[in-house]
Amino acid sequence: MARKKTDAPADPGLGATDAAQRRDLLRSMLLQRRFEERCAEAYALGRIGGFCHLYIGQEACGTGIISMLRPDDYVITTYRDHGQALARGISARAVMAELFGRSDGCARGKGGSMHLFDRNTNFLGGHGIVGGHVPIGTGVGFAIKYRGGDQVIACFMGESVVNTGAFHEALNMAGLWKLPVVYIIENNRYGMGTALERASAIHDIYQRGAAYDMPRGVVDGQDVLAVRKAMGEAIHRARTESMPTLLEVRTYRFMGHSMSDAVSGTYRTKAELEEYMQRDPINVLRAHMETQGEIDDTRMAALDDEVKAEVQDAWDFAEASPEPAPESLWEDVLVETTT
Amino acid sequence: MPIVTYRDALNQALREEMQRDDRVFLMGEEVAVYQGAYKVSKGLLQEFGEMRVVDTPITELGFAGIGVGAAMVGLRPVIEFMTWNFALLAIDQVVNAAAKMLYMSGGQYNIPMVFRGPNGAALQLSAQHSQAFESWLAHIPGLKVVSPGNPYDAKGLLKAAIRDDNPVIMFEGEMMYNMKGEVPDEEYIIPIGKGDLKREGDHCTIVTYGKSINLALQVADAMAKDGIRLDVIDLRSIRPIDTEMIAASVRKTNRAVVLEEGWEFCGVGAQIVDYIQRDCFDELDAPVVRVHQADVPMPYARNLEKLAKPDMNKTIAAVKKVMYLP
Repeated sequence: MARKKTDAPADPGLGATDAAQRRDLLRSMLLQRRFEERCAEAYALGRIGGFCHLYIGQEACGTGIISMLRPDDYVITTYRDHGQALARGISARAVMAELFGRSDGCARGKGGSMHLFDRNTNFLGGHGIVGGHVPIGTGVGFAIKYRGGDQVIACFMGESVVNTGAFHEALNMAGLWKLPVVYIIENNRYGMGTALERASAIHDIYQRGAAYDMPRGVVDGQDVLAVRKAMGEAIHRARTESMPTLLEVRTYRFMGHSMSDAVSGTYRTKAELEEYMQRDPINVLRAHMETQGEIDDTRMAALDDEVKAEVQDAWDFAEASPEPAPESLWEDVLVETTT
Repeated sequence: MPIVTYRDALNQALREEMQRDDRVFLMGEEVAVYQGAYKVSKGLLQEFGEMRVVDTPITELGFAGIGVGAAMVGLRPVIEFMTWNFALLAIDQVVNAAAKMLYMSGGQYNIPMVFRGPNGAALQLSAQHSQAFESWLAHIPGLKVVSPGNPYDAKGLLKAAIRDDNPVIMFEGEMMYNMKGEVPDEEYIIPIGKGDLKREGDHCTIVTYGKSINLALQVADAMAKDGIRLDVIDLRSIRPIDTEMIAASVRKTNRAVVLEEGWEFCGVGAQIVDYIQRDCFDELDAPVVRVHQADVPMPYARNLEKLAKPDMNKTIAAVKKVMYLP
């Protein structure tokens, strides 16, 4: 990773994993994959409404980043938030119930797919306005510094965000004030149907960090272990020096932007899609684990059965969960002031 | 009782609340080293330091969002906009973020913060610096909106806004910062949502808020010389709005004029007229008349600007119209 303005040596062991951790990472990614596949099914059946953006293909990014965080750190993200919510430890039940618009959802059925929140895990939301959450995440970094803590916030965004004013304004202040924020650009190559090259004047978008005097780097987003290592360095810098980092994670979305667009054929070719799918993040980790003798077909199948059962349980739970009570329509507009 | 300017009343409120609660901080353009574009924050940097009185770059969208994020995790930001005209650059953070966070998180994340700054026209600042935005923000569920019209209310409402656990919008006014009024030494809070009946009369009600209350009081004094007695309601808060006070007054006077700085179309006055027709339909002796800015961007030329703004003559004419006086 490109390093700037910092001489503190990062621990070379940052992000290192043992076999048990690799199994957990694999399980988390597999859970996200099976969860999203069932979401597509639920959407087709009308169980999930509105907009729904799947994370399939990008699992190594959220999984690797979030696996490096402490419980008291924060996560804020975009509307493509199911995978990160699961990776952060929100139960599949609570996420699925939210997607089904039920009262046991992680936002009581008020937020839906784009607005998953969970105070217990410091998951500060999926946000629906492209770029809008980047200043908010920066404000969390400000609050950490204000209180003198050593937490960090992981602020996820898609690559199209870097063209918004909000991104520029927020990163300028983070660089200026040295806030403990790790900005993660999940570069999946397309902002909806517009390729990065058709939207950004520069294509190595992590280099935008230069404008904010910010340490920056790029990492293979299909390799969860590489993502962990890059995030480890960024977290170290944030905790020990209160320095922000701009980390570009190069990945690819295997599905359409949302549920309504063709997976390929309009803005990208089938051949391109298939080429990227060769580097499925689950297979990349699995292959690594196979060389270590940590997984084989039998154990993989057992793991798959386990996560499929968890997703089925989440589905059943969501379906059984009551719809929000009519009176909840009027709740949570304002909070009663106690002071 | 001490006589204090509107700006110093705001300054006292900020200082007292920052002394009381170390989660409260002030952020905005020129609030620290420059001591505030209108000197509202004079001396605060020296007392509280640069972590709590924070100069920002010119980046309304950015620092409004910083405030929202800080509020999400427990701080209590006061975000100063140099004017609400500039705050349009930050409207995404106010409307899509601050006002929505509690609801879309299912009640998990409230946003205890204040967005404040001057609103409406001053003198000859032309189209981009003379707008009154209260109807824009009052339209949004999830926000509270206040607009104090004198130093006493400014201090009491700002303290209430800072202590409120919700996002509160406060509309001040360039033309009021020098205004003087009585502000007691002892602590007080003005509850958000409570109007103030500033004059009592039985012939007609004037409902207004913010800077316009001072115009309404001049009108009441002038008309009193002709024996016309006006109820003058200073709403102080626009959302929640004191509909009970409006209804009680109109039931007494049977006539109402609604006065506001902003434009007519979808203005706060339209909402007030709706409350009046809902609550007092049978008690009205005349259609309610509204006084507001002309439906044009604010012109620069002195004579045209005067024509565009509400004034005493227009307001007196409105009262006479609802009273069927010549």
